[in-house]
Amino acid sequence: MSEVNSALEHPLYNYKVVRQFAIMTVVWGIVGMFVGVWIAAQLAWPALNFDLPWTSFGRLRPLHTNAVIFAFGGCALMGTSLYIVQRTTQTRLLSDGLAAAVFWGWQLVIVLAAVTLPMGYTTTKEYAELEWPIDILIALVWVAYAVLFFGTLMKRKVSHIYVANWFFGAFIITVAVLHLVNSAELPPSLTMMKSYSVYAGTVDAMIQWWYGHNAVGFFLTAGFLGMMYYFVPKQAERPVYSYRLSIVHFWALIAIYIWAGPHHLHYTALPDWAQSLGMVMSLILLAPSWGGMINGIMTLSGAWEKLRHDPILRFLVVSLSFYGMSTFEGPMMSIKTVNALSHYTDWTIGHVHSGALGWVAMISIGAVYHLIPHLYGKNGMYSTPLVNLHFWMSTIGTVLYIASMWVNGIMQGLMWRAYNEDGTLTYTFVESVVASHPGYVVRVLGGAIFLGGMLLMAYNVYMTTRRGVEDSIPAPQTAAAAA
Amino acid sequence: MTSFWSAWIIILTSAQIILAAWLLFANRKKTSGDVQTTGHSYDGLEEFDNPLPAWWFQMFVLTIIFAIGYLIIYPGMGSWKGVIGWTSVGQYEERVAVADEKYRAMRDRYLALPVEEIAHDPKVRKMGQRIFGNNCATCHGSDAGGAYGFPNLSDNDWLYGGTPEAIKTTLNHGRRAAMPAWQAILGDTGIDETVHYLMSLNGREADASKVAAGEKHFQSYCSACHGANAMGNQMMGAPNLTNGIWLYGGSEQQLTQTLRNGRNGNMPAFGDILSEDKIHILTAWVYGLSHGESAQLAVTQ
Repeated sequence: MSEVNSALEHPLYNYKVVRQFAIMTVVWGIVGMFVGVWIAAQLAWPALNFDLPWTSFGRLRPLHTNAVIFAFGGCALMGTSLYIVQRTTQTRLLSDGLAAAVFWGWQLVIVLAAVTLPMGYTTTKEYAELEWPIDILIALVWVAYAVLFFGTLMKRKVSHIYVANWFFGAFIITVAVLHLVNSAELPPSLTMMKSYSVYAGTVDAMIQWWYGHNAVGFFLTAGFLGMMYYFVPKQAERPVYSYRLSIVHFWALIAIYIWAGPHHLHYTALPDWAQSLGMVMSLILLAPSWGGMINGIMTLSGAWEKLRHDPILRFLVVSLSFYGMSTFEGPMMSIKTVNALSHYTDWTIGHVHSGALGWVAMISIGAVYHLIPHLYGKNGMYSTPLVNLHFWMSTIGTVLYIASMWVNGIMQGLMWRAYNEDGTLTYTFVESVVASHPGYVVRVLGGAIFLGGMLLMAYNVYMTTRRGVEDSIPAPQTAAAAA
Repeated sequence: MTSFWSAWIIILTSAQIILAAWLLFANRKKTSGDVQTTGHSYDGLEEFDNPLPAWWFQMFVLTIIFAIGYLIIYPGMGSWKGVIGWTSVGQYEERVAVADEKYRAMRDRYLALPVEEIAHDPKVRKMGQRIFGNNCATCHGSDAGGAYGFPNLSDNDWLYGGTPEAIKTTLNHGRRAAMPAWQAILGDTGIDETVHYLMSLNGREADASKVAAGEKHFQSYCSACHGANAMGNQMMGAPNLTNGIWLYGGSEQQLTQTLRNGRNGNMPAFGDILSEDKIHILTAWVYGLSHGESAQLAVTQ
């Protein structure tokens, strides 16, 4: 991604690193989702693991989750946060060199993950599978990112800090803490990739799900809410609905999310008191989570008609609807009696993907569609009809995915607990697997449609960046005034 | 839990809930009136200062009230046990006791009857199939037909005996089979010769010059367990090597592999996992497989 056009150099802001992250968001999105469709197909047709260790489900599954969360989601978050922090503070990034180090360091982490996970190196901790040398690299890159973000924030030219930056700040600090604590591990020797967690037994499980749930809460929720607070009002050209609501839901969200981890360990060896606290805090979390959805959707009041013409705004608003749906579903599933049915079934996977595809991916896609023309000095995407088609493919793909997993999950939960009149189980486990097959096929279809939309996006982004400069947009007023 | 940690949990939890409630009430403003922006502008973005939506405010309050109520009724606040004394272990034991009372008497009727007698009872076939499906089918297959390394239970060929007593002993205590590795003793040539002898025992094409030498090896090293006639010994779980049934495959390569490296079979003990009545029904079900019954139910329920 060398700078072919010096005209792209923004007089005030560092757009180069944002461009790099925006492009890699699309690239890693395609890679991560392709692996996702592949392993979904393996569950429907197991022969697709080709009987090779490197392509078996157990190795590709962490590759999929790491690629979509940390490569696709991570690039989207880093790119948008570094764009937003510059524009809302009207100042250039603290250091261009540091920005380049963050970009290339993060890409190195991703490439190392893509090599080591298929080779079978894993700590076995979900969403923290990468082994200790990569964990150290992640910590270094993350500290550089934190210095870059907060350093820029400190030299801001406006007195207040915009709400989007609160969320990005909470995301950066908390993810650092989560990573350092959960990845505390020791290798048997410095020449070995393998390491062992410093925690044992139930404590290890609790630390892991304290990490795991807050990876969802701070990486996949707080970070993307920061994205939402910039791109929704920007694209709708309306003021944010309520400053007061943003204060209440921000502080409540970050304070309460950190308690919710134990709901991943209901009916396990975790003590009852910890399970109860995890459950009630998850329920209290409903309102703070919905605060973000309300603030985003109500920002459109007075501008609803824009949804008819603007597929980018549609991406943003529908992502908020999926966000609201999955943050209602989450507290509900944390209730012990509901969890007794849903736990260990495909319902959980459906829930994750209503958040991951519906919320995280769709708001990132909307943000990138907004960003690309601004970053490359164009007055819009190459093709708005293609953006619209992508929107419908994403929506239909997500709905097929989560609907099939709801059906499968509830069916599995009911089959596993069904008893005959003689007290024996009505179904064997394998019968529930056989009954799940149609749902697995529908999931492959939904995922493939979603992936197809990402390919359209790649084409559209490529054509936009390659288009002539005749239709460059005027510099935004604030930037011009500050420059 | 020590009183320190109990107090720690109670104080942190209470502080969290009180702070959330304070945050909510401190920012309450009922009248929407004439909504102004805050006056800040960031990159052209402004913010209204609308009041918190009433339904949202009430929902937040309701979840806090629910949480307080739940933490009074159930364990959660440190060593506080909750007013109803609920524990997850207690709930489990209670449900097991209820199930035992409900089903045990019915199954105990079968426990009093000999295996041979109940092996053909349709209810036993049904119960046995379910118990087998959820405990045994992972290794032995849902049709009890076995798999590589896991014996077929429906062909009336038994490693440890097919009497009701032998089957029940296998289920209760498990089995450990150990076929030693012979590479160090027989060498490549010796193993090759023994394999040809084994093939000849099964009426398969074998190199006659090797068979004679193989028989010598067999009588020296193998006959102690497998018997001089190679018909096996159920006391030791040594398989019959003359009937064409092979646990680890009967091809020349697979036989060579077995002789070179040995084999270790491991049937887990189920005596601590399944109750006595269930073991009895399962024994009858497995016994029935080699006495005219099918692993599948005649009619799907």
